[in-house]
Amino acid sequence: MMRRILPLALLLLAAPATAQDRSPGLSGNLPAGAPEVQAPVPEVGDGRGGQPAGQPPATTEQAPPTGAPAPAVAPVAPAAQPARPAPATDALRGEISAEELGLQRALQGGRIEGRITIPDRQAASLIQPEGREWRVFHNRTLAWTGGIAVLGMLGVLALFYLVRGRIRIESGWSGRSLLRFDLLERANHWMVASSFIVLALSGLNLTFGRYLLLPLIGPEAFTALSHYGKLAHNFLAFPFTLGLVVMLLLWVRDNLPNRIDLAWLRAGGGFLGRGHPAAERFNAGQKLVFWITVLGGGLVAASGFVLLFPFAVTDIGGMQWAQRIHGILSVLMIAAMLGHIYIGTLGTEGAYEAMGSGRVDYNYAKEHHSLWVDEELAKARETVAPPGGARVAGAD
Amino acid sequence: MARLKFLCDADRCIECNACVTACKNENEVPWGINRRRVVTINDGKPGERSISMACMHCTDAPCAAVCPVSCFYGTADGLVLHDKDLCIGCGYCFYACPFGAPQYPRVGNFGGRGKMDKCTYCAGGPQADNSAVEYAQYGANRLAEGKLPLCAEMCSTKALLAGDGEIIAAIYKERVQRRGYGSGAWGWRTAYKEGLAV
Repeated sequence: MMRRILPLALLLLAAPATAQDRSPGLSGNLPAGAPEVQAPVPEVGDGRGGQPAGQPPATTEQAPPTGAPAPAVAPVAPAAQPARPAPATDALRGEISAEELGLQRALQGGRIEGRITIPDRQAASLIQPEGREWRVFHNRTLAWTGGIAVLGMLGVLALFYLVRGRIRIESGWSGRSLLRFDLLERANHWMVASSFIVLALSGLNLTFGRYLLLPLIGPEAFTALSHYGKLAHNFLAFPFTLGLVVMLLLWVRDNLPNRIDLAWLRAGGGFLGRGHPAAERFNAGQKLVFWITVLGGGLVAASGFVLLFPFAVTDIGGMQWAQRIHGILSVLMIAAMLGHIYIGTLGTEGAYEAMGSGRVDYNYAKEHHSLWVDEELAKARETVAPPGGARVAGAD
Repeated sequence: MARLKFLCDADRCIECNACVTACKNENEVPWGINRRRVVTINDGKPGERSISMACMHCTDAPCAAVCPVSCFYGTADGLVLHDKDLCIGCGYCFYACPFGAPQYPRVGNFGGRGKMDKCTYCAGGPQADNSAVEYAQYGANRLAEGKLPLCAEMCSTKALLAGDGEIIAAIYKERVQRRGYGSGAWGWRTAYKEGLAV
């Protein structure tokens, strides 16, 4: 209350100067374009002040409006300076009274905020036209982007499989294997992967289920499915995020880009021609998948938590943007992961074992990760025969 | 058939909040949910107006357009109602609604929302008219009894008008012509894609 009274009191004390200073600011905000609320009479202020249209009032003092409380400033401020010639802006003010200007300024078709007496502060937002833009995003932009990304990726993969076929281990299975991912790495990968699949399906359901699934299984079954999908989506966000963090810690060292990646990319990663470019533990394609997962997944998780706790971080406008980021990045990630799944299973012979048993065939490793194999072999030799160390007495 | 609408005459609203109270009482709305609210803009400044706002029952309603489970339906009177048995509480209608009408009871984990609740224009839901289950889920069905929403019926200054769009528009136009001013039909252009020309 004090906050409202104090400026008013100051205003009364400094009446002459303040009143003149205020008027240009008000007239500078003449309504332009169509206001959100259509004024039923062209000059809203005319009837209020009792002045004929187009004529400046005899004095700047305004008649108290009928519907609203009389502004305290109006009678005091002009009365202090009756002889001073009115500035040009006052002529404008005569046509549309100050309070109407203030009101119309609020009604330019934009967001309208006010004060509210109920505890829910968010309810003080009277009209938020941004909802219409969000609707267009959700129903058009996201649906089309998601549809094209997911179906397009499936199409590209199918085409690639038909043209190139499965990438075989060129020198055949060797029968010997070496450890590529230990138990922790595999367990974490599958935690992220399984939660991602459920998150992706339940998320796609929110955008496409209404058109694809609802007509098939009926509203009751579809609601039950979507309800449990939403619960799963909320809960699995946590293991997914935890897995991302562990993944980052485990693999970031081997995923830093370097010059070998450039050569690998230039050679087309062994997808197009014959033969494989050299690669370390992770080739450039795998590094790309890693960073898409960690950075993209991180952003999706962060925006998802904003939505999971409504109004905890931001207001409705912020939540609309969080949903936009969440939706678009998610469908792009789903497309990328479809590629990852294809390459890791059907697309490459010997690749799945890395995340299955954890051990890959020696020939597979030699072809796809030659530098990594050399490194592993050097390490193994060191364990067997430490350099510089004398042979254990009595050996051989 | 009538096209039922709300119209709040902001030059008459005195922010008494009787509409809010009437709504909560008539429909036994749970704690924390306000189907109707009164917002005061320019509070304490020139051009202060209070507007009573609830679901406007839009033409081509955004909530219905974005609902992932299609739980909204339109009535012959132009009302936008929803089926709580189908709602999953995802919150999409709240993002899309220009008027902040959808409300959610906080029943779930984290910020989890329960089934969405909003103004029904005192017209209940898809259950049998004036059955106990309809009242428990949606509140009163005054429309089925031939009555208008209680918020508008209760309004002491008759600022809040409910009824056929053409009739309440005519009442408002007559008022504006008689008194010589009016700040317009709040939200009509957003909700019904038409203004109110006098």
